[in-house]
Amino acid sequence: MKADPQNVLTGAHYLDGNYAIAEGAIAAGCKFFAGYPITPSTEIAERVSRRFPLIGGIFVQMEDELASMAAILGASWGGKKSMSCTSGPGFSLMMENFGLGIMLETPCVLVNVQRGGPSTGLPTLPGQADMMQARWGSHGDYEVIALAPDSPQEGFELTIHAFNLSEKYRMPVLLMTDECVGHMTEKVIIPPPEEIELIERRYTDKKPGEAWPYQENELISPMLPVGEGYKFHITGLTHDYRGYPVINAEAQAENVDRLMAKVKENVDDLTWLEEKDVEDAEVVVVSYGISSRVVQPAIAKAREEGIKVGQIKMVTVWPFPEKRIRELAGKVKALIMVEMNYGQVYLEMDRCAAGRCETYICGHAGGTVHDPGSVYSTIKDAVK
Amino acid sequence: MSVETTKQVSDEHPMEHLLRMDRIPHIWCSTCGLGTTVRALAEALEQLEIDHDKVAVVSGIGCTGRVAGYLKLDSFHTTHGRAVPFAMGLHIARPDMKVIVFSGDGDLVSIGGNHFIHTARRNIDITVICVNNFIYAMTGGQVAPTTPIRARSKTTPYGNYETPFNIPLLAASSGAVYVARWTALHVRRMAMSFAEAISKRGFSLVEVIAPCSTLYARLNKLGTGLSLMKFYHDNSEIRHGADLNDIAIDYQSKIVVGKFLDVEKPTYLDALNHHNAGIFGDKYKPYGGGNGSD
Amino acid sequence: MAATEIRITGLGGQGVILCGYIIGKAASIYNEQHATLTQSFGPEARGSACSAQVIVSDQRVLYPYVTAPQILVAMSNDGYKKYKDTLAAESILVYEKDLVKPEGGGDGVRMFGIPATRFAEELGRKIVLNIVMLGFFGAVTDLMPVEALRKAVETSVPAGTEELNLKAFDEGYEYGVKLLEESKAST
Ligand code: SF4
Repeated sequence: MKADPQNVLTGAHYLDGNYAIAEGAIAAGCKFFAGYPITPSTEIAERVSRRFPLIGGIFVQMEDELASMAAILGASWGGKKSMSCTSGPGFSLMMENFGLGIMLETPCVLVNVQRGGPSTGLPTLPGQADMMQARWGSHGDYEVIALAPDSPQEGFELTIHAFNLSEKYRMPVLLMTDECVGHMTEKVIIPPPEEIELIERRYTDKKPGEAWPYQENELISPMLPVGEGYKFHITGLTHDYRGYPVINAEAQAENVDRLMAKVKENVDDLTWLEEKDVEDAEVVVVSYGISSRVVQPAIAKAREEGIKVGQIKMVTVWPFPEKRIRELAGKVKALIMVEMNYGQVYLEMDRCAAGRCETYICGHAGGTVHDPGSVYSTIKDAVK
Repeated sequence: MSVETTKQVSDEHPMEHLLRMDRIPHIWCSTCGLGTTVRALAEALEQLEIDHDKVAVVSGIGCTGRVAGYLKLDSFHTTHGRAVPFAMGLHIARPDMKVIVFSGDGDLVSIGGNHFIHTARRNIDITVICVNNFIYAMTGGQVAPTTPIRARSKTTPYGNYETPFNIPLLAASSGAVYVARWTALHVRRMAMSFAEAISKRGFSLVEVIAPCSTLYARLNKLGTGLSLMKFYHDNSEIRHGADLNDIAIDYQSKIVVGKFLDVEKPTYLDALNHHNAGIFGDKYKPYGGGNGSD
Repeated sequence: MAATEIRITGLGGQGVILCGYIIGKAASIYNEQHATLTQSFGPEARGSACSAQVIVSDQRVLYPYVTAPQILVAMSNDGYKKYKDTLAAESILVYEKDLVKPEGGGDGVRMFGIPATRFAEELGRKIVLNIVMLGFFGAVTDLMPVEALRKAVETSVPAGTEELNLKAFDEGYEYGVKLLEESKAST
C-alpha cells in the first residue's frame, strides 16, 4: 500500500539526519514513539513530538530506555507501527526488551545514532562500535536485521525500509546510524506519498479459536490482533506455536531455529549492497554508513594512480552478505573493511574470506570519521 | 484456591471460559495464594459484564508473572519488571481495551519500580494487581523490597534489616487514583476491588497479600499456606480510607486492608487531549476518540 | 567547481548555526548544488565560541568536515582567533567590524568587514545581526546567486519575521556591493 498523504512532507528539504529519520518514520506510518533523551539521537524524538499531535500519533517520553523498548512492543501488539531511538548507554538498556521483541516476533524499529563508547564515551561524536552489540547485544541466539544510512536522504529512505522489513519479517529492525549522519544537514527529497510503498501488517484470516500466534509449520506467521476475541497468549519464554511456554531442549531448538531461519533463509532478499568498480578490482573496500562515503575520495585517488580498487557499500549490515564476500574473496587480492571501530564487522568479513584473500581493517576508536588519507594508505598496503 | 485443582475437577470449573484449561494443571504450589487471586479476578470480570475480548492481561516475571499464561484473555508474559511499560504501550495503542497488569512485588516495585511510579504519575489508565508475598519466589526465596524487617529469606538468612516498601503509599504518592489492599483471604472483597479498579479511569492499584507457602512460610517457619490464611484472618483489620502512612507491614503483625484511595483525576490521554485541543483548536482530533479513554 | 569550505563562527545565541543552515539550504535547495552542514554539539556548542561548517560543491560532498575553509565568517573575536589559522591560502574573511579585530592579511586572505551589529540595531532587532552578515557574505563572495540566499532566508526564519530579516539581508548585501565597488575604484 501507499503512504498516507497526511504523513508525508513531500518536497525538497534541508534536514539533518535525525530529522530525516523522524520524517521517514512518520511517512512509514509510525504512530507510537517511546523514547528517552540521549545525545546524539534526541532530535529524532524532538521532531516526532512536534509532528505527532496533528497526525494522530502518540509520543511518550519514558522514564528510561528499558521502558521505551517495552512500550513500543506493547504498542506494536496494540496495532500501531512503533519505534524508539537511542544512543550509547541507552542501546545497552534496550537490549533486554529488544530480545523480547525478537522472541515475541514483534514488528518495530529501533534507531541507534552511534556515538563513541564504551560507557558514556563520546556523547557528541560519532562511532560505529555498536555494530557487534547490534548483532549479539541481547542474550541468546538470534538473527537481526540492521541497516546503515550514509546520509540524511538515506536516513529517510532506510527508516521506511526498516519499517517495511519489520512488518515483512515480523521482527524488530535496527537502523544503525551515527552522530555524523544524525547531525549532518543536507538536502532530503521526500517523494509524494503515492511513490512511497509500505508493507502493511499481515493479520491472520483465521477465526478466533482456530488461529495461534505462531502457526504450525509457518516460518513467518500472520499476527493476531488484540481485542478481537483471539484471546491468545505470548511469552518471552521458549514457546510452541500456540505461544505456550515449553521448557525443554526440543521446543528450544524449534523456537530458536525458526527465529533464526526467518532471516537466514531470506538473506538474499535482505542483502542490499551497492558496488562500484568491483568487476576488475584487485582490492575491494567494504564499508557501511558514513564510512562508505568518506572512503570514496581515497578510492578515487588510488584509481587515478592506476590501482584497481573497487567499493562495496553495505546498506544492510546484518545479516552479513556472506555469499558475496565469499565469492569476492576467491577473486581479489585483498578486502579492506573501513569502519569507525577496531574491527567488528571486519570479523565477519575475515571469517567469510576464509584465508582466500588478504583482509585488512582500517579502523579507529571513533570520535571522528576516517581521514581519507588513512584509507588510501591501507589501499596502498593492500596492493604492495 | 479454585484453580489449584486436579484436571478432573477443573472440567467443571465455573470460570472455565476465563481460564486456559489446556494449560491446567498450573505450576503453582498447593496452598499458594495465587490461585485465589486469579479466581477473584475472574469473578471481577464476570461481575463487570464487560466484553472479555476487550480485556488484556500483562505480566512480568516470577510466580505471579505466570498469571498471564492461565487467563483466557489476550495475554502477554513479558520481561522482568517491564510489564507496566509494555501495558502502557498496549493501552495507548488500544485505549478502548481494559489492560490489567498482574504481577508480583519484586517485579513491580523492585526491578519495575521506576516504571511503576512513573506510570502512576502519568495516570495511565491501567489496573495493576500486585500480589505481594514478601519474597522472590520463582528464584527460590530471596529477600524482596517488600520483605518485612526480621523476616528471613535465602539472602537474609539472619533476617531482613532493610525497610520494605509500603506499596499503597508508593502508588498513592506517585499519582494513582485508586488504591486498595486485601489479603488472599478476602476473596469477595478482593474481587469487588478488582472490579472497581478495572472500571476506574486512571492508574489503579490493588495489592494482594498472599501466602507463598513453599518459600516465605517455610523459611520463616510459619506453617503452611493455610496457616498464613489463618494468620490473615486473625490479624487483618479493614480500615477504609486509612492514613497510608500508618499501613506499613511489619513482620507477623497487623495487616491493614481496605480501600484507601478513590479519587478523580484526568488520565494521561484526557490530559493529552485536553492540552492539545487547547493548543491546536479544531485542527486537533482527540486521540482515541471521545475523551480518549473509553 | 571544486568544493568550497565555509566556517561560520561566533557566540552562542548569535544565530551562527542558522547562518550555516541558510547558506547550505540556499546552495542545495535553491541553487542545484550540494551542501553539507555540520556543527559542534555538546558543551562546546554551549560555550563562547560556536561554529557551523558548510561545504558547498557541484558534486556530492563525500568528506563532511571542513578542514581548511576558503571562507571564514567571524561574528566574535574569540571565534576568529580560534579558527583564523585554519584558513586556506587565498581565502576570504568576512567579519563583524565592531566585534572582530583581524590581525593582518597574511597568505593573501581577503578581508571584508561590516558593522553588522549597528545595522541590526538600526533595524530595531539586534538578533538579525546574522542575517545582515549573510547579505554581506552574499555580496563579497560569489558562491551563488544572491537570489538563492535571499530565498533561503525567507524560508528559514521564523514565520512573521520574514520582512525584517529580508530587510536585514538586503542592507548587508548592499553594503557589501558598495564596499566592493569602492575597493575596485581604489585599485
Ligand atoms: S513458590 Fe511460593 S509464590 Fe511461587 S507458586 Fe509456590 S507458593 Fe506460590
